[in-house]
Amino acid sequence: MARARVLIRPKEGILDPQGKAVERALPALGFEGVGNVRVGRMVELEADDPEQLGELCEKLLANPLIEDYEIQPL
Amino acid sequence: MIWGVLQFPGSCDERDALHACEVVGGEARLIWHGERDLGGVDAIVIPGGFSYGDYLRAGAIARFSPAMEAVAEHAAAGGPVLGICNGFQVLCEAGLLPGALLRNEELRFICKQADLVDGEGQTLSIPIKHGEGRYYAPEEMLDALEARGQVAYRYADGHNANGSVRDIAGVRNERGNVVGLMPHPEHAVDPLTGSTDGRQVFEALERLAA
Repeated sequence: MARARVLIRPKEGILDPQGKAVERALPALGFEGVGNVRVGRMVELEADDPEQLGELCEKLLANPLIEDYEIQPL
Repeated sequence: MIWGVLQFPGSCDERDALHACEVVGGEARLIWHGERDLGGVDAIVIPGGFSYGDYLRAGAIARFSPAMEAVAEHAAAGGPVLGICNGFQVLCEAGLLPGALLRNEELRFICKQADLVDGEGQTLSIPIKHGEGRYYAPEEMLDALEARGQVAYRYADGHNANGSVRDIAGVRNERGNVVGLMPHPEHAVDPLTGSTDGRQVFEALERLAA
């Protein structure tokens, strides 16, 4: 059983309003100079066959039209 | 004419969709998402709601239901399919329609009446109610969709509340038998609720079935 972490982010160039909202909230809390905030998703899982993770990401965990994903073995 | 309206766990507009089908004409049946057989219906409506709780991404899990396999076969055989709101998201996730729906630009759930313009240039007044309705497709895909006449509905000037690219409210597949839109024509079939323009969306589907 292999453990892995999958990071899913909005593709570059796609407007990420969630990231923008977080970014706009920061100066009010006194955090200056923080930019380019992008909010994505993280999925942790265990798989008998780590080879299938790529296909699993393409078909379900990410929508390749709008999201990039990265598989990190743990 | 027999209409089939799919129902997933979390669908919420299936009753209005059934009613709209009956108003336009014919018999309408509810089809549970676990059914692999659509029972010989002429046209399919995938209604709005929050199928499977919108977990992961809206429509991402519903596309794997047995009924969606049957819908894909129905569509491949040229049968008409209409996806409304969450149904549109499901069709995009299933690859039966091009593009994707993202969180609204302003992050707010929007619920209001909007004007749409259909392919013939007619303006339709139809409600919108969604949190993830911002249509997106890469530029080259958008150019191809426009060149092939696959943009079915656009928001009229000043009515694009969610930030959809090129004001796109609905698209069809290349063959033209699968149509999806974010606004809710099933809520606009009775004068009691302010507009009957939604009927035209169902009538267009009915013509495809003929």
